[in-house]
Amino acid sequence: MNAAFQATLEFLKVYWAPLLCGVAVVAILPLIVGYIVLVERKIMADMQARLGPMRVGPHGLLQPIADAVKLLIKEDIIPENADKLVFWLAPVLSVGAGLLSLAGLAIGPAFQIAQDINIGILFVVGISALGIFGIVLGGWASNSHYSLMGALRSSAQLVSYETAAGMALVSALLFTGTLNIKSIVEAQSKEGIWFVLLAPVAFFTYLVASIAETNRAPFDLPEAESELVAGYMTEFSGFRWSLYFLAEYTNMIVVASVATTLFLGGWLRPFAGVPWLDFLDFIPVLLMMLVGVYCFVRVPKQPVTVQKIFMVLVGLLCLAVAMVLFAPIAIPILKPSLTEAVKPFYAGIHGGFWFIFKVSLYIYFFMWLRFTIPRYRFDQLMRLGWHFLIPLSIINVLLVGLALIVGAYFHLHGWGLLLVTTPAAILALVAAFLILAIEKQHDPRPEQTAASDFYAG
Amino acid sequence: MLPIEHYLFLSLALFIIGVIGVVTRRNVIVVLMSIELILNAVNINLAAFSRLYGDVAGQVFALFIIADAAAEAAVGLGIIIAFFRNRETVLADEMDLLKW
Amino acid sequence: MLDRVLFYFFAGIAVASAALMVTRRNVVHSAIFLITALLATAGIFLQLRAEFLFIVQIILYVGGIMVLFVFVIMLVNLDVALQQIQFARQKWVALIVALALAGQVGVMFWTSGKMPGQGLLVLTAVAANRLPPNSEAVAKSLFDSYLLPFEIASVLLLVAMIGAVVMAKKRA
Repeated sequence: MNAAFQATLEFLKVYWAPLLCGVAVVAILPLIVGYIVLVERKIMADMQARLGPMRVGPHGLLQPIADAVKLLIKEDIIPENADKLVFWLAPVLSVGAGLLSLAGLAIGPAFQIAQDINIGILFVVGISALGIFGIVLGGWASNSHYSLMGALRSSAQLVSYETAAGMALVSALLFTGTLNIKSIVEAQSKEGIWFVLLAPVAFFTYLVASIAETNRAPFDLPEAESELVAGYMTEFSGFRWSLYFLAEYTNMIVVASVATTLFLGGWLRPFAGVPWLDFLDFIPVLLMMLVGVYCFVRVPKQPVTVQKIFMVLVGLLCLAVAMVLFAPIAIPILKPSLTEAVKPFYAGIHGGFWFIFKVSLYIYFFMWLRFTIPRYRFDQLMRLGWHFLIPLSIINVLLVGLALIVGAYFHLHGWGLLLVTTPAAILALVAAFLILAIEKQHDPRPEQTAASDFYAG
Repeated sequence: MLPIEHYLFLSLALFIIGVIGVVTRRNVIVVLMSIELILNAVNINLAAFSRLYGDVAGQVFALFIIADAAAEAAVGLGIIIAFFRNRETVLADEMDLLKW
Repeated sequence: MLDRVLFYFFAGIAVASAALMVTRRNVVHSAIFLITALLATAGIFLQLRAEFLFIVQIILYVGGIMVLFVFVIMLVNLDVALQQIQFARQKWVALIVALALAGQVGVMFWTSGKMPGQGLLVLTAVAANRLPPNSEAVAKSLFDSYLLPFEIASVLLLVAMIGAVVMAKKRA
């Protein structure tokens, strides 16, 4: 017994930091996801020329907490003849897969739960693919036709777009030669150019495929409200539904983080390696200060006192974050002796900020797309995945590989690689348009005749 | 790494359970799943010996076995679906069209 | 010590899930137990420091083959099948033969390590922290020494894909 106790202590001594980070992430993630949902509702409202949730708390900021309480106290209904074990297991599988894949990601150079995995990015992509079981088993366990159809459609969609997403990732991995997440970002730092510029078609393919992977609009037929009720989530109420919801938004964060790591330079600021552009390090500070100042400016315009107080508090919070971001830049100037001690904090804090900023941009694009484009019909969705994205991504891998070989022959590095990858990207675009043209021949749209034009006089 | 006997016995246990599944169950889908279990037992064996010898060829062979298992599962399940469309059954005893 | 704990944990889950899988009446439950058995096998691969094999097992076997199985189970799901006899008529003979096979191979494994001068099982493995990076080693081997089997495997997968599509197509 003593040996086991000693062994446990040894284990904790080595792995206490990742364990603590893991516990922190699991504890905080539901709150973060709740606020992402609030942000989505506010953005939706803004794009639809209204205000969004405003009642619960100042400017609706306590809405996620109200939603969470509501979901927790709702009645837990289990359908008749449903398989109880599988009904319980399905949401757990979805959430488990999402959270586990979150463990492999590096949010900035200092924060990674599962550190230095040899197969980094493949681990994240592979484990998030386990979420499919949560969907299929949830639909089956609901003992309802609509749920089963929604589940089969949703999982067919996920499986179809996984291949295209994987191939798009491979195109970008050709530039790094390694699967380790830190090495991928270091490769982008070494080359001095983000891979989105070197492989734009791959980025576009991954963007589209990741929207389909997370069941977001315009690919959200399986869970749209006007279609199959809520698809596989129909029969799950209260806390079980919130687990599915958590899984969906966690998947969104994971997918955005993978795209940021591989294409958008991870935690690097724009032009990371160029020393004379170091003044760009002030951008995070200025940004947070601007937001804080904007909050203060809007304080007099708030109608209610509690909202005024809250705006002041939010403004102060933004200014505090700006100070935290400014400190690693200021200390080397004020006290040069502490420069080396501050460096890891510098990289960690600024890296974390840039990473979260880019992930937020990616997720904002998801939300923007949701409220702009109409939904795809299911057969159109499958056709897009199999007939367009998979051939395009395979052709892209070939072309990028060829470009790299030519580039290596002429000893091109960094921005010089653009000379070879831009023609490859143009060829890939030409191939894309060719595929689309061939598809149009197979899928003729019926002509607008006078009989079918409903708005004609 | 633990002594190789541990992995060999684990592999043997999974193999035998898979064999019992193949020979004993009537439902053809469970038979196919037991075959997958057998292939996994073999993979564990290969990976253990690859680690013992320090040669990565064992893992490469295991990769090929996984690819092969995927192909076989796809074709096998296609056969089951085609048969089910005709005879409405998935029980091995009732698949006796070639018997007189 | 950590190695031991991980091995017994994953091995226990694998054997228990396999035993449960073979005996369940409901085919979906069998599929779930096979998924856990495969995940435990992936854990064993990870414990053997075969990281690439671990992730390929998860992506291909669990995320691909088992999804296919679950789809087909839902397509052919018969409530009738739940009430019928699950085990074939030869079950006792089969069990005895399988256990005899297990006994034979088990005795062979047990005694071969004890025989003097048998070089096979007397090797010791390389220490874990001195192993070369796994993905690079597998990739080098795959594209260097085993390129022909790699290409043959891809042709095999192509043939299987075409075969599965033809087999599952509805006759017009």
